[in-house]
Order: sequence, then structure tokens, then C-alpha cells
Amino acid sequence: MSTPLIELHAVTRRYENGPPALRDVSLTVREGEAVAVLGPSGSGKSTLLNLVAGLDRPDEGTVTVAGTRVDGLGEAGAARYRRTKVGMVFQFFNLLDDLTVLENVVLPARLAGMRRAAARRRAHELLEHLGIARHSAAHPARLSGGERQRVAVARALMNRPPLLLADEPTGALDSASGADVADLLMELNGEGQTVVVVTHDLELARRCTSRTVRLVDGRVAMDEVTVR
Amino acid sequence: MSGLLSLVRSGVTRRRVQSAVIGLATTMSVTAALLGGSLLVVSSAPFEDAFSAQSGAHLSAEFTATAQDVAATASAASAVSASVGPFPTASTAVRANGIDLPPVTVVGRADPAGPVDRLTLVAGEWADGPGEIVLAASFPMTPTLGHRITLSGLPGAPSVKVVGIARSVTRTAEAWVPPATITAPQGHQMLYRLTAPLEVESALSAVTALVPSGTVAGSRSWLTAKQEAVRESALFVPFLVAFGVLGLVMSVLVVGNVVAGAVGSGVRRIGVLKALGCTPSQVVWTYVGQALIPASFGVTVGLITGNLLAIPVLGQTEEVYDTTLTAPLWVNAAVGFGALTVVTLTAWVSALRAGRLRTVDALAVGRPGGTRGRFAIRWFSALPVPIALGLARPFARPARTFGMAASVVFGTATVTFAVGLGMSLGVIQEARDYNTSDVTVGAEGPPHLSQLDPNTVTSTLAAHPDTDRYFGLARTEMTVPGMAGFAQIYAYTGDAGWAGHPMIAGRWYSSPGEAVVPTAFLTATSSRIGDTVTLQHKGKAFSIQIVGELFDTRHDGLAAYVDAATFPDLPPDTFFIDTKPNTNIQSYVDSLNNTLTSTTARPTDPGQTSDTIVVIGALTALLTLMLVAVSGLGVLNTVLLDTRDRVRDLGIHKSLGMTPKQVIALVVSSVAAVGLVAGALGVPLGTTLHAQILPAMGQAAGTNLPTTAFTVYSPALLAALVISGTTIATLSALPPTTQTAHTPTSTALRTE
Ligand SMILES: Nc1ncnc2c1ncn2[C@@H]1O[C@H](COP(=O)(O)OP(=O)(O)O)[C@@H](O)[C@H]1O
Ligand SMILES: [Mg+2]
Repeated sequence: MSTPLIELHAVTRRYENGPPALRDVSLTVREGEAVAVLGPSGSGKSTLLNLVAGLDRPDEGTVTVAGTRVDGLGEAGAARYRRTKVGMVFQFFNLLDDLTVLENVVLPARLAGMRRAAARRRAHELLEHLGIARHSAAHPARLSGGERQRVAVARALMNRPPLLLADEPTGALDSASGADVADLLMELNGEGQTVVVVTHDLELARRCTSRTVRLVDGRVAMDEVTVR
Repeated sequence: MSGLLSLVRSGVTRRRVQSAVIGLATTMSVTAALLGGSLLVVSSAPFEDAFSAQSGAHLSAEFTATAQDVAATASAASAVSASVGPFPTASTAVRANGIDLPPVTVVGRADPAGPVDRLTLVAGEWADGPGEIVLAASFPMTPTLGHRITLSGLPGAPSVKVVGIARSVTRTAEAWVPPATITAPQGHQMLYRLTAPLEVESALSAVTALVPSGTVAGSRSWLTAKQEAVRESALFVPFLVAFGVLGLVMSVLVVGNVVAGAVGSGVRRIGVLKALGCTPSQVVWTYVGQALIPASFGVTVGLITGNLLAIPVLGQTEEVYDTTLTAPLWVNAAVGFGALTVVTLTAWVSALRAGRLRTVDALAVGRPGGTRGRFAIRWFSALPVPIALGLARPFARPARTFGMAASVVFGTATVTFAVGLGMSLGVIQEARDYNTSDVTVGAEGPPHLSQLDPNTVTSTLAAHPDTDRYFGLARTEMTVPGMAGFAQIYAYTGDAGWAGHPMIAGRWYSSPGEAVVPTAFLTATSSRIGDTVTLQHKGKAFSIQIVGELFDTRHDGLAAYVDAATFPDLPPDTFFIDTKPNTNIQSYVDSLNNTLTSTTARPTDPGQTSDTIVVIGALTALLTLMLVAVSGLGVLNTVLLDTRDRVRDLGIHKSLGMTPKQVIALVVSSVAAVGLVAGALGVPLGTTLHAQILPAMGQAAGTNLPTTAFTVYSPALLAALVISGTTIATLSALPPTTQTAHTPTSTALRTE
């Protein structure tokens, strides 16, 4: 068995009103795994992902990623952690519209202090690898949804993070583009990338992951290994 | 950090309006601050430099005693450290190019050098041969080398050739000739350096004690000269300070508005940056950078504009001296650095929210927003829907509304202040040139040059059918015990009330023994309206009661206006005539001259426009234009942000059947309402500023100002100014609104 990359221990997260978004969740994800987090809307999937990404903090419990206690980080520490340890992909792409595709992809590396030339070389490689190199000078608004999500994935992978997090990456895409992005994630996982995907799309879960975690009302209702 | 540069760059170029408004606001405030600062710093320096370089006279005195008597004053040893003179002097009318100029004091001086009052030759050479003259730079006519002028008041009316132009730092004469030219001196001039430069008065009494009593005809202190030298530029300081402060407030508002607006409408972007690993302080600095780049540009342009404008403004001071004045380098540095610091601080404070914003919230797209302002819709429910929605809008975004309103308040205040200042300057300009008569009979020079026979003149005037009204003027100089120098006395025969002397306080005299005086006279004699002061003339004392204060800056404001009957021995030397309407002035003058033999009539000189007032007017116009542009762009920025935020809302309205016209009505009604309120607040701010700055400018110039200079705001003007706030706001809001109104609904709905 490979080493654990994500360890959630007895995590609870409450918002001001309503029942806790997550209650007493414990979960371990190992290096090289591809995990789908499934569940109905409002079940706490995004909350779980945000905790792992260091965007949010648990009220109880601990979150450890790649040996770092994520729940104990300050703002600047969390930023440094995200820069180096995680790449994130969102439902609505969240590309910066005023930057070109290439500039979007280069940005995380520049934030992490990589030299300009090296960053551009790496970005070109990635765009090439993801099959969107021909759009590198374009602005994201010009691209189709599937292409935009590829750019977002390239940006997420820029700093070679050990962990790739995706929140409903196909939620805003038609089924063909969705399948395309799913294939991409599977391919990346095949190359050894640890991937956690939040989705309510069973098809996506079956296609690209080896394990499904089902959340209901903020609890882990099921955790099973799937065969793809 | 370097990865942030591309973000900053794209922020600056994408937000053109925002960058322009920051740039313009900093340009404006830097320009005003640089001018004001430079004036404060440099205006007194050249006088002091020139005074020490030329060994200026601490005291210059004019005597009617003999040359030997005057020469004896050189040994007023304890008080006087050096002296030159006595120089023979004569007051003479001058005729040049066929034009009679006002009389000038000509001094017979053999040598421009010496231990006191060394004269600087600006052009040409010294007058050392017979028939030569050197004119002072302050000579009433623009001096041209080689021209001949006639000293018509001297015996034989000699014609002399202008061979040089010279400057005396304390302006001891208006022209110099070889001593032999003055065959019949009217007096002698003596120039002194003092051992104690600040004790001019005691030195004057020491000198006075050494000559036969009553033979000191006049004196002048270097302190007066110094005050006069800085007066013109001192006048600029208060209003430049006002514009500097307005500009500064405006810059802070604009930078705060723009940055806070960019943060507010860029919440998602901030979330993305943080998710990618930007630290809070990096996020804040991208916003500070977006403000700092256009601000640096604005500072550069402002410094250039300021330095260029400093040339004419400082030139007002410079005319008196040889030196060229420029804005000092350190003032440039201080103003530039100060402006950038203010921008950085403001931007940083406004962007702090971006740093604190929780990433999760920032990324949460589509969570329902607040319901702030919804309540306001109910207030306006009687109105058409678009207008009700528009009027309720300002309540939904109070901070943004406040920012926009503040822009309009300051824009309106500036316009109000500037319009008032312009009108006041017009009033002052007119007041300086108070003489509204059509025709003048007699010399404008010293009375002893007048050969006018008052009875002949009055009978001639009375007999002429075109004469409407007239009064005579007798002028003399009198001393006032306790006041250095002389007071100019203007004694009027007949009713001079119509000549338009601008009153500041009190009333015009109504009987002999009453006097109206300028502010400086009150200051110099430490007296107030109602006080009685004693004047001395040729050994006799006269008591006059001050009943009014008027605006007069001639003769440094040391003057008194009285009824001629106060001094029965003093015959009028000049008459001022108002002709009947539609009289041809030239033929009237000609017909008078046919009858009058010993004197001449001429059309009254139109007063000269003061360069200072022209420069102040132009500067006011320029700075106002910039501030109004800034305030308009501020509104434009707010509306842009607001409509951009609401493109989707508006799209929904349109899909429900709202026409483009109704969309425009919606946005414009919200902006116009804010503009009206802001205009109503800005106008009193502007009039208050006017009421504060104008007296400060007068004080710098050593005078109170005529009441008419303050009462420039009529109710109609005030109403128009309030409307101008709404107009600035509405006009600035129209372009983005129209564009939004015509955006295809499908595009609008697709926008995230
Ligand atoms: N910032 C927040 N403030 C308040 N409640 C929140 C916030 N984020 C999520 N929630 C609530 O927590 C619960 C879980 O939300 P989320 O993790 O987004 O669900 P999912 O992604 O599975 O749809 C929901 O009831 C949601 O309303
Ligand atoms: Mg979710």
C-alpha cells in the first residue's frame, strides 16, 4: 500500500444556521488514488473539498495533506500550501478573462516564484499535452466550455501538485465535453496523479475513478472501491 | 511577486476609465500643490537675494533741504552704517511718442555703483553724458533703448535719449540722469544702510533731527518694499491651497472609490487568485498597483504642468528682479512623493477587504445576495416602475452611492467656488479701476505741476452742454504722527460719490472733517471706523474722523478721501467729468481744449487689467476644468461598475419587456437623484470656501475687499449651480447607460 496523502480525522464543519455541513467525517486518500465524492446537492461535497484545499477550516477534527496540518495554517501559509500542494478545477472554470490562456496557466508558477522562461516552457508542454496549445494566445472567453475546462486543468497542474481537486468539473459542460474531461482526468490518474473529484454524475464517477465516497447529510454513507 | 505584474498591467489597461480618473485626479492635485508650495517657498527669496547683492537701501529719504544740509545726515553715525547721496531729484511729467505719461521721479545720479543701492543695469549703459537717461524697469512705459523722451516738467523741457535700463531693489527712482541735467532740483535724495535694519523709524528720526525741521519730504522703508515684492505672489497662495486641498480630497475619494469598486466587482477574481495560492497581501498589492501606475503617470504630468505653470505665476514676482524663478527641486520631490504616498495609503486601505475576503465566499457564485435597499422600492411605489427601481437603487449599495455622491459634492463645490472666485476677481478688477469718469482735465501728476485755474475750469465745464456732472480733485501728501511715510490725501470738490469708489465698510463722507480710508491706512495707523486721526501738513494739524473703509490699493493703500472743504487752502488740480449719454468723447475733449488754455482735457485712462488677476483667472479655469472632469469621471466609474454588476438584472428586466428607454430612465433617475442631493450639499461647501479664501487672498494683498466682491452669488446662480451637480452626474452616466440599454438581452443574460 502507498502512503496516505489526505487524512481527515473526525471532521465537523458547521455554518451559522442549519445542520452541520459535515459531521464527524474521517477519510484517508492514498497517493495515486482517484476518488469520486458523490452525493445529492447540499450534502457537503464542496465543503469537504474546500477543507482539503485549505480554503476553509473545520470546527472540529484535523485535516492533514502530504504531511501538512492544513487546518492549522494561517492565510499566508494556506496560500503557500495551495501553491505547492494542490491544483483546483471548478465547475465554472474560474479562468481570469483579462489574461490569455497562456498567462492563466503560467500564473500559479509565477506566484510560486518560477522563472518566466521556465514557466512558459512548462505551460506550453502542458497545453500541448492537453491538446489546446493552439489556443494559448487566445482569451478564455473565446473558447468552448470543454476547452476552458482543459485550460483550468492545465493551470491546476502547473506546479506539479501531488493532489488534483475538482469540484463538479463537468457540471457546466454538455455530455460530450464532460466525457472528454473525464477521460483527461483518468489519463492523468493513469500517469500517477492523485485525483479527488466532486460530482453528482454517476457516469463520471464510474468512468474515471477507482473509489467512490458517498456523502448524505454531511456523513460518509458509503465508501467503496469500484472497478473501471 | 513578479507574477502579479501581469495582473496589475491587465487591470490598468482593462479599466481605462478608472485609470484615467486616478491619473487626472493626481495630475490636478499635484499641479496645484506644486504651484502653491513653490510660491510659498520661493516668493520671498529673490527679494532677499537681490537686496543683499545690491546692498539695498534700508531707508531712502527725500528732503527739501539744501544739499549741504542733507549731506550732513550721512553722519547720523550710530544709526547709519553707510549712505549715498545727496542726489538732486525732480518730479516731472514725461512725454514719449507724443503721449503724456504720468509724472515720474527723476534722480540725478552719477554712478550706479556705491556702498548703498547698487543699480543693476539690465540693458544698455549708464547715463553719463548730457542728454542721456536710464529708465527703471518699473518705468510707466515699456522702455526701449535709443528712444527719445521729453522731460516736459523740467525747465526747458529737455529731450533725452534712453541709453539704459536699470533695477533698484527698493525702487528708489523711476529714472536716472547725470546730476547736471537737473538744473533746478526740487529736492534731494539720500539712501542709507542701517546698523539696525529693523529699526527704520528710529533711524528716520535720527536723520530728521539733523536737517532743518519740516524738510523731510518723504521716506521709504525697505520692509515696505519687501512686503510689496511678495504681495503679488502672496495673493496666489490662498486659492492655490484651496485647490490643492480640493484636489487632495478628490484624489483620496477617487482612488478609494475606484479601488473599492474594483474589489467589489472583482470578488470572484479575488477568490480565484487566492485558490491559486495568492497570499492576502499579494492580492491587496495587485489592487494598490492598479492605482499606483496611473497615479505615477498623473504625478509626472502634474509635475510637468506645475513647473510650466510656475513660469507665468512666479514670473509675477520675477519681473522685479534679475533672477529666473523656478519651482525648487525639493518641492517637486516632496509633492510627488507625498501624492504617491497618499494614493498608496488610500488604495491599500480600500483594498484591505480584498485581502480579508474569505476565499470560499468569494468563489461561491450565485448565492443569493442581500436584500438591502428592497424596502426603498416601496417608498417610490407611486412612481413609474423604472423610476421607482432607479430611485431605490442608491439604497441598495450605500457605500457606492456615497462614493459617487462625494465625487459630485466636490465637483459642485469646485464649480461653485471657481465661479464665485471668477466673479469676485471681476469685481476687484473693476474696483481697482474705480474711476468711472469719461474725461479728465488737468495733470494726474503732483499738484505743484498743475497750472490749472479751478474757476476757469468749472465755468467752462458748467457752460458745456454735454457736461453731465463733474468733481474736482486736490491731492497732497500729509504725514500722520505715528505712521511711517506719507498718506496721500484726495480732497474732492463736489459730489464724487458717483465715481464708484468701492466701499468695504462704513459710509462715504458727508461733511468736511470726515474721511474715508483704505484698509492699509487703518492698519498703519491702528485705527478703526469712528476714530479720529490727526494729519499734518506744512506745519498745520488737521483732525479727520474716519467714517468709512474703501478699497484702494494705489499708494499702498495709505490714503484718505475727504471733502475739499476740509482743506480750504488746497485748490483742485484735476477735474473728472461724466458726459451726457451718447456724447462723442473726443469732440467733447477737443471743444474743452479750445477753451482751456493753461491745462488740457483728455479722455480718462481706461484702467490696466492686472496681470495677476488675469493669471489667477486662467489658473482657476484650468484647475476647475480638471476637477470637474475628475468628478465626472468619478460618476462615470460608479455607473460603469453598477451597470456592469447589473447587466444580468437589466437583461432580466428587458426579457420581461422593459424597453431600452426605460432602462435609461431607471439608471438616470437613480444618478440624477443622487446628483441633486449632492449638488445641494456641494453648493454651500463651495460658497463657504469662497467666503474663507477670498478674505485670505485680500489679507495676503494687504487689504480688505469691497463688499460687492462677496455678494456674487445670486439665488438664480445658486440654483443653477445645484443643477450643475445633477448635470455633471447625469451627463457622465449617459454613455455607459445607453450602451447597456442597447446590449442584446441574450448577451446580458449569458453574463456570469
Ligand atoms: N458559506 C456558507 N455559509 C452558510 N452555509 C453554507 C456555506 N457553504 C455551504 N453551506 C451549506 O452547507 C451545506 C453543504 O453545502 P455544500 O458543501 O456546498 O454542498 P454540495 O457541494 O454537496 O452541494 C448546504 O446546506 C449549504 O447551504
Ligand atoms: Mg457543491
